[in-house]
Amino acid sequence: MRPLKLVPDNTNIPFLKYRNVAMSFSILLIVASLALVAIRGFNLGIDFVGGQMVRVTFAQPVGIEDLRAKIDTLGQGEATIQQFSPNEVSIRTQLPDGGEAAANEAASGIRSVVQKAYPGAKFGEVESVSGQVSKELFSSGAWALGLAMLGIALYIWFRFEWQFGIGALFALFHDVALTLGFFALTQLEFDLNVVAAVLTIIGYSLNDTIVVYDRIRENLRKYRKMDIYSLLDLSINETLSRTVVTSLSLIIALTVLLVLGPDVIFGFTAAMLLGIGIGTFSSVYVSAAILLWLKLGPDSFVPAGDDKGGNKGGERTAPRAADPNQGAVP
Amino acid sequence: MLPLDFPRWKIWATWATIVICCLFSVPSFIPKEQTAGWPAIFQTRFNLGLDLSGGSHILLEADTADVAKSRLEQMDQIVRTEMRRGDPKIDIGEVSLQNGSLSFMVRDVTKVDAAVERLRAQTRGVGVTGQRDWDIRVQDSNRVVVTPTKAGIDQATDEALDTARDVVRKRIDPDGTKEVTVIRQGSNRIVVQVPGLQDPEGLKALLGKTAKLEFKLVDLNADPAQVAQGRAPVGSQVLPMVEGGFIAVKRQVMVSGDELTDAYQSLDENGAPDVVIKFNGQGGRKFARVTQENVQKPFAIILDNQVLSAPNINEPILGGTASISGNYTVDSANQLAIQLRSGKLPVALKVVQESTVGPDLGADSIRKGVIAGTVATLAVVLFMMITYMRFGVYTTAALVVNGFMILGIMAIFNATLTLPGIAGFVLTIGAAVDANVLINERIREEQAKGRAPMQASEFGYKEASRAIFDANITNVISAVIMFTFGSGPIRGFAVVLAIGIVTSVFTGVTFTRLLVAGWLKRNRPKEIVI
Repeated sequence: MRPLKLVPDNTNIPFLKYRNVAMSFSILLIVASLALVAIRGFNLGIDFVGGQMVRVTFAQPVGIEDLRAKIDTLGQGEATIQQFSPNEVSIRTQLPDGGEAAANEAASGIRSVVQKAYPGAKFGEVESVSGQVSKELFSSGAWALGLAMLGIALYIWFRFEWQFGIGALFALFHDVALTLGFFALTQLEFDLNVVAAVLTIIGYSLNDTIVVYDRIRENLRKYRKMDIYSLLDLSINETLSRTVVTSLSLIIALTVLLVLGPDVIFGFTAAMLLGIGIGTFSSVYVSAAILLWLKLGPDSFVPAGDDKGGNKGGERTAPRAADPNQGAVP
Repeated sequence: MLPLDFPRWKIWATWATIVICCLFSVPSFIPKEQTAGWPAIFQTRFNLGLDLSGGSHILLEADTADVAKSRLEQMDQIVRTEMRRGDPKIDIGEVSLQNGSLSFMVRDVTKVDAAVERLRAQTRGVGVTGQRDWDIRVQDSNRVVVTPTKAGIDQATDEALDTARDVVRKRIDPDGTKEVTVIRQGSNRIVVQVPGLQDPEGLKALLGKTAKLEFKLVDLNADPAQVAQGRAPVGSQVLPMVEGGFIAVKRQVMVSGDELTDAYQSLDENGAPDVVIKFNGQGGRKFARVTQENVQKPFAIILDNQVLSAPNINEPILGGTASISGNYTVDSANQLAIQLRSGKLPVALKVVQESTVGPDLGADSIRKGVIAGTVATLAVVLFMMITYMRFGVYTTAALVVNGFMILGIMAIFNATLTLPGIAGFVLTIGAAVDANVLINERIREEQAKGRAPMQASEFGYKEASRAIFDANITNVISAVIMFTFGSGPIRGFAVVLAIGIVTSVFTGVTFTRLLVAGWLKRNRPKEIVI
């Protein structure tokens, strides 16, 4: 029995030939995502806007309009009602002005109305967040996200070269922007758990980017004479099998979680699944292509003066002759 | 040293680390009742967050302005007593509390310095900087202005919150038997977590109010008809009783609740339940004086302007210990004792965040999560095995060990697993898969270049390690930043991520390398099927 090989050995796909198309597509998507975020905004969870939310399981299926009419009689402003299954909904309302007493009253108001109208209703989850705390949660989440991205970029600059740092930062920006666009588009609830999902996506995407970058760095040291286009293409092709296997195993795991997992993590898993796709794409096209524009050259790692000594090294030049990828060099 | 070169001590150290970490995860899977008798070191378990196990999470915020205000009022008292009592007496006037400062005028200009000196003795140092908790200045030659310093207010707030935390804990969990968590967060917040609690309304009612306990004499001269209409004689007030109806009590406080040191349910000489209360020295003396003068008259126990009980004074109580008997059951006596004991919150607390997850939802999440997690792991394992054959088996071993090691280390630190924590778990499992994929792909590549199995494996581990290292360092960076700057759920994610990175590199690289090296040395294969 032979092991499964999803990607044949020695692939030779000219990825960077399509870099302008891919980059335009990426930029278009980023702009569209930012526009979506600006126009539609997020369906922010109460973590971020404050308010209260109760999750109710009814003994029998209920009509949303019917329920809304009953909640409206409380006069607490507009309630957002979301249905998970025929007899499971969440009801979200603003926190009333007038401090804690009013808030308590409002919360028990919803409970008693629901309990009276639908006997046997069970409350799965009750949440309330005040405006002050929600502002703090929002700013601390944003800070954590922003600083983490910055810290990572600095590390990559330190370990690789400045072009790589900027490339990684741009790739992260690309992934975060698209994921946010996805949430603006679908209006899935955006809460603190989703921030954790975005962080996970950043983690995966970065992993991908670093693997490709590491190979570029290695090849830059090995093949001093190769032009940069071919070198980037070669590096992407060499890591392609790994990219496919890793992404596929994650997609398998996440699909299972999406179908069988608890519905509290549905939005979370959906975001991650999307993020794997975006992240894989960005590490191949965005992060590698941007190196070209930032004028990454063969001298980026080994100064030009080293050339004579370098050429004597066996690995530097010798493998080129035998390398099947030789054909990739125009 | 070559990557596949494993000295004997390293083999032992690797296995020992794995076995020990995994063993620590075991108690978490055994019901608590069964592990109760085990030694403490075998009782390590990770906790489930309230979003998974069900229960109430409440975030309380102290009103710091309230602390500052009551401190200023205390200072007002101090100023008046010090100036009046001290020798010589200093005449003051025009006492005013404005803009958070207290100021007064010393009538005799020559005594201003003495007044300042006397007050300064009442302040104390804060921290190590030598700063005092109050700033005392003289204005317009005879006006003394006393302003709380920021350090002083901060320290007072800190102390008030420590007390408030203890009071909150005592109120929620008077017997100390429940699994409640009451901890301070930041400078002015307290987090309360009660697993399993379904309806937090009662809890909030218990926490939300600043209880004020007082003992006052009942006004027997009041006309019951007048009292029922809410009118009380001069010097008295009408208060509602817990069991319904109204009662008139003297305005003057007999003993304040601050002077109560203990209260507990007991049995009187007839075997009927009663409540024993104890006062401190000063409270005991006051109580003795009042009870001597008022034998056979009732006094009222008042909590937050509501009369809990109005027992009769049967005899003078001189020792500072009294027993309250009435028509109590063991339960109602206990209830009263708790109310008396839980004392007064030093600062008003308000609920700023609340989240309650029903146990059904939590249990459902766990059940579905476990099923989905198992199926997902099996699917990935199968995929790894058909892709990398023998090396896929090693990867699988690493994945399983990684999972248990994460849980084991979380158990050692008593960490809490939350929903975002599971996300972190998924990410690290992903990272562990990726580390192995990187290595295996590299071995494939090196073998395709014509290297022999031993050399191909060695190169595979060596070359792949660099990317694995860089990728994981960046994850460590983000985990540390998230833990430092993030809030609740993000921290839960960061903790698992940080632990998982270490274990996934250890299992994905070191552990599989150990297995591969062992196999290569034993079998010396001509070719690796990978």
